[in-house]
Amino acid sequence: MALVPKHLPQEIHSDKMSRARRVGAYAGDSYVNPYSGGETAIGKAVHMFFFTEILRGMWIVMENFFREPYTIRYPFEKGPLSPRFRGEHALRRYPTGEERCIACKLCEAICPAQAITIESEAREDGSRRTTKYDIDMTKCIYCGFCQEACPVDAIVETQNQEYATETREELLYNKEKLLANGDRAETEIAANLYADHVYR
Amino acid sequence: MLRAVRRPTGHRISHRLSKPALTGLRSFTSSSARHADITLTVDGKEVTVPQGTALIQACEAAGSTVPRFCYHDRLAIAGNCRMCLVEVERAPKPVASCAMPAMPGAKVFTNTPMVHEAREGVMEFLLANHPLDCPICDQGGECDLQDQSMRYGSDRTRFHEITGKRAVENKDFGPLVKTSMNRCIQCTRCVRFANEVAGVEELGTTGRGNDMQIGTYVEKAMDSELSGNVIDLCPVGALTSKPYAFHARPWELKNTESIDVMDALGSNIRIDSRGVEVMRIQPRTNDDVNEEWISDKTRYGYDGLKFQRLTVPLVRQGARFEAVSWEHALAAIYDGLATSGAKGDEIKAVAGHLADTESLVALKDLINRLGSDNLALDQEGGDTAPVHGVDIRSNYLFNTTVPGLDRADAILLVGTNPRHEAAVLNSRIRRSWLHTSLEVGWIGERADPAYSYDYLGEDLNAVNDFVAGKGAFAEKFKAAKRPMIIIGSAVAEHPDGAAAYAALAKYVEANKNKFVTPEWNGFNTLQRIASRPAAYDIGFIPSKKASATKPKFLYLLNADEIKPSSIPKDAFVVYQGHHGDHGASLADVVLPAAAYTEKSTTWINLEGRAQLGRAAVPPPGASREDWKIIRALSEVLGVPLPYDDVMTLRDRLWEVCPSLVKYDVTEPVSSDVVLAGLKHLSSAKGPVKATTPLKKPITNFYQTDPISRASVTMAQCTRAFVQGENHGFSEYGKASQANFG
Repeated sequence: MALVPKHLPQEIHSDKMSRARRVGAYAGDSYVNPYSGGETAIGKAVHMFFFTEILRGMWIVMENFFREPYTIRYPFEKGPLSPRFRGEHALRRYPTGEERCIACKLCEAICPAQAITIESEAREDGSRRTTKYDIDMTKCIYCGFCQEACPVDAIVETQNQEYATETREELLYNKEKLLANGDRAETEIAANLYADHVYR
Repeated sequence: MLRAVRRPTGHRISHRLSKPALTGLRSFTSSSARHADITLTVDGKEVTVPQGTALIQACEAAGSTVPRFCYHDRLAIAGNCRMCLVEVERAPKPVASCAMPAMPGAKVFTNTPMVHEAREGVMEFLLANHPLDCPICDQGGECDLQDQSMRYGSDRTRFHEITGKRAVENKDFGPLVKTSMNRCIQCTRCVRFANEVAGVEELGTTGRGNDMQIGTYVEKAMDSELSGNVIDLCPVGALTSKPYAFHARPWELKNTESIDVMDALGSNIRIDSRGVEVMRIQPRTNDDVNEEWISDKTRYGYDGLKFQRLTVPLVRQGARFEAVSWEHALAAIYDGLATSGAKGDEIKAVAGHLADTESLVALKDLINRLGSDNLALDQEGGDTAPVHGVDIRSNYLFNTTVPGLDRADAILLVGTNPRHEAAVLNSRIRRSWLHTSLEVGWIGERADPAYSYDYLGEDLNAVNDFVAGKGAFAEKFKAAKRPMIIIGSAVAEHPDGAAAYAALAKYVEANKNKFVTPEWNGFNTLQRIASRPAAYDIGFIPSKKASATKPKFLYLLNADEIKPSSIPKDAFVVYQGHHGDHGASLADVVLPAAAYTEKSTTWINLEGRAQLGRAAVPPPGASREDWKIIRALSEVLGVPLPYDDVMTLRDRLWEVCPSLVKYDVTEPVSSDVVLAGLKHLSSAKGPVKATTPLKKPITNFYQTDPISRASVTMAQCTRAFVQGENHGFSEYGKASQANFG
């Protein structure tokens, strides 16, 4: 590539332009032929008259006509999901049935959307438990920080993404709803956590 | 690493108690004389500190923060956590900077690899036995160990012991302090606080090395009015607050700096609230008032703010109250005033314990505009002017000031138990008693104030004997250089009050060269009620004519101690306040007002120090700030008050008494005025012989006002400490120490 003096515009470095300059420039003249680098006029005419581009496009269509289709029948078939997929939230329990959440409020603190509200007090037996664990799913941005912050793996985001509701109020989740989610999906959650545990 | 803790004060006091006649110092160190300044270099920065300063303080002065667990400014030095290690030039090994006095010319380094390695080593030992339960620990987020382990802690352990971490049984310290002794790092701050400041010497350490435990040895609740402070002192989560347990995290709380009203000391507090709820109350450091301690009633009484609240205006309908709108309630008062036919002094206002200064001034202005001078206080004999008068401030204030207390060398307490009337102030007397040769004399009902005293008698006769110079204590008092007489606020309410005041005022006048000098005023009244100094300052007292008048219309402002018999049957009664307590039950119209956490108002403490409280949460329901209610009522009654916002009201405060709005300072009364006040007191006529003994006014420390009476925690304290239930194997079985009988 020719050295370009510093005071010239640097775009002149682009390959096409510099080539154009080399070909079209007369000695001692700054004239540049803008058509010199492209297709020849005969080549263009041939493509135009024989519809080559259309034929190429139709070839691709025909190729795909004989291929197996990519689409899945969504409600009946589903694509693969990563074990790290961040979907609907759930609160887990220990195998004994004891709820895991200890009301440390780290998820509430880290939640960037401030979607989580927790109230806590000592339970009858003196253990630290939540009296209220609400997630406003309309605020949640599904960043997954809550499950990252949780020291006991109590709050997790499941792979469920199909929880659209008809009213907004149904998306204000309370503790019962979250625990029910956890109870329903525990096997799946445990499997996902196990699949991902080597990277944590 | 962990040493058995010195308990210097414990055996010294028992020694003292066994020989009451012993005079002289009660500790090995006297109140230190002023030392010369020394200069040393900390991290290359020269710093000049008084000789005898601990190295850690010199480092602080040079701006180098030294991590610490056991060291605390206001407690004795223990030197057992070893976290404050620093490098000193030519010292062979790291030096514990809290236990090392600063030496002139020393070169100290707080930021070298050696120091870091030493601190990391200490931290590793501390964490070896510390449970990993930060998520369920209430200290989480405000824990010294947590914070410092972020810098000095290792992220992996080298301790793999089969026996596991040390496990310690939790202790039962009563209804206020929750223990979790596995977390304890044996800094012994709590032990030192209990022994030195609170004066409950049960707390100590047992065992040594890894087996060392903090506790009372025999199971016993920690029976002190200041026990809550060990929670703040504990650098880890071993001692946490029981009523607050698991309720909130420090990062969710909004902090509001305010003033306490549970006693007249006006402790500086920080109200931690979440939403509309007060979650906890913490002390705020103010060396001139409460240092950094607060009493348990201040700290735990807040849950009373949730119960028994008045949230809507109520009007009596026969035997029950009906909720009405504000307009309706104010109109009902207008009608009530008209139908009662009250004119002039028949309109009476009674100011209670928790009335703030702004509303007192507004109420006084309102009542005066209605043509009445009948301004009573909610106390024994509050219907008449107090015996000490209100014309001269020094007659009813704590003139020596709270910090001045530290310089006294003899104190006579008359008719008061400061432990219950101003618990934090009492700890100052105890500290002075512990570290200097302070002599304390006691007249009135006996009590245990956490220091020993010479008992002079229980009534006016003892006062007269003392004034006459009879008895050993009177002689010691005479020899004192800076004597103090502290008269309890209950004395003014006593039938012999005027005589007692007269006798003591005569004594002070006779010794005025010692009592009343430009830098020392030893004549004090210890007010116990938050609103009282303000009420006296603004002259909230009835004229002679008014006090003889039978009222037909009563306005009770936070007055909950009032006797039903003192209210005439046909009188129309309005109650303004925040709790449905005694006062509200007597009223015809109840106006819901704001509690001290819900309004930004001025409070005058027992020294006459004006302090500004700030609203932390909004008043509940339809309740409003007190002065606004009075302002609105004045409009309805046709005598509008000339202030529409709080700033103009404070201008009015300034007109009434300029010191009410000079915040955070005490204005000393000049010697001439003090002497004039004493002259006024000594001229009073009263009985020469005692009629009845001087009683202590507070029998149950934990329930003295509507807020603490509504508090569940205070009720539990009453059960545990006053009634002596669930008290463990205390020495006297069911005997109660808070009763101190």
